[in-house]
Amino acid sequence: MEEHNHGHDAHTQVGDSHEMTSYEKRAGAILSLLTEKGVVASDEIWRAIDDMDSRTPALGAKVVARAWVDPEFKAQLLTDTKAALTELDVDIGSLNTVVALENTDKVHNVVVCTLCSCYPRTILGVPPDWYKSLSYRSRVVVDPRGVLREFGLELDPDVEVRVYDSTADIRYLVIPSRPAGTEAATEDELAGLVSRDSMIGVAMASAPGK
Amino acid sequence: MEARFNAGDRVRIRVDYPAGHFRTPGYIQGKTGTVAGVHGTFRNPESLAKGGDGLPRQYLYLVRFDQTHVWENYNASPQDKLLIDIYEHWLEPVCQS
Amino acid sequence: MDRRVHDRGGWPEAGPINRGQHDLALWEKQTDALHRVLSGPGKHKWRVDELRRAIESIGRDEYESAGYYGRWITAIETLLVERGILSREEIDRRVEDTDEQVK
Repeated sequence: MEEHNHGHDAHTQVGDSHEMTSYEKRAGAILSLLTEKGVVASDEIWRAIDDMDSRTPALGAKVVARAWVDPEFKAQLLTDTKAALTELDVDIGSLNTVVALENTDKVHNVVVCTLCSCYPRTILGVPPDWYKSLSYRSRVVVDPRGVLREFGLELDPDVEVRVYDSTADIRYLVIPSRPAGTEAATEDELAGLVSRDSMIGVAMASAPGK
Repeated sequence: MEARFNAGDRVRIRVDYPAGHFRTPGYIQGKTGTVAGVHGTFRNPESLAKGGDGLPRQYLYLVRFDQTHVWENYNASPQDKLLIDIYEHWLEPVCQS
Repeated sequence: MDRRVHDRGGWPEAGPINRGQHDLALWEKQTDALHRVLSGPGKHKWRVDELRRAIESIGRDEYESAGYYGRWITAIETLLVERGILSREEIDRRVEDTDEQVK
């Protein structure tokens, strides 16, 4: 069963072509009631949406690029992730503890939350749909190499695959390996090679020029 | 309060399906792993989920498992690992033989 | 032992991973924002753990078909009703009123 099937059968045609699901209607009803009663202010909701929109994988990419060029920063990132992020002026919010995991040619880390969809949102933005899908949550713990293959990543049998199931208060950020041929790249150019998926562990950082 | 376990200790995950909310996946219950790290203490989500204060705080551990131990049919590389964050009250010591 | 519906690790019958992506709709962002505002500083109506508990109490069929924010808004409704902030009836009524208006 995939994630975006509509629940219930209460579909109503609204306006031009927009079909509202029963969930969308209930969300609208709840929000308007809460605003009328003064439980939430419309402003507060918009600010929260702005905050959500402002957090993108570019934040994480900046962190990874710095780790690639600055060994001391990387060492700190791996031992005290929060302090390293603070040094880079990356605000992780008050919610979670973040731990960075380094991918090397010997070890490949990949992250999931099988129980819900925990994700380091403050530094990667909202998770992709597939990360929240029941299929990914079910399968990556039991068949990580098969799942990675679906993402186009074939790992050597000698590489140790470590699946992190983030079940608690810790959020994990994967530091992908620095691609070969990037010795002359600037930090900004390097950040451009760091995809969201590479920081979840289902992809490598891109090769330069691709 | 001191952590009951240290990195390197062998632990077994308790088998339990208490009513209410808990954060220990079914697939890892009854399995044996090794403490890979101690994250520190956190409020207990089982209490927080009921509107409680989450106290006393619980130690949270990173526990490492061999994939070949967790899944009977795991036939990929034998060095592959699963790492899961587990609260102390879900861990039982395993006697080293 | 019955596995809970949200406890998906190793769940059998899981198919291929759909890597299609949709932009979050406004109501999905509003739902996300509602939880963060209501559980956040100054409000403290509930904690994320309670939201999870409410999500986990959704029945299996609905859990699997509702989608991510469908589960969230269902759980938010549960918590609002639990706390007496809103009643099921007034939410139903508001949904009906909105339906009337668009007819």
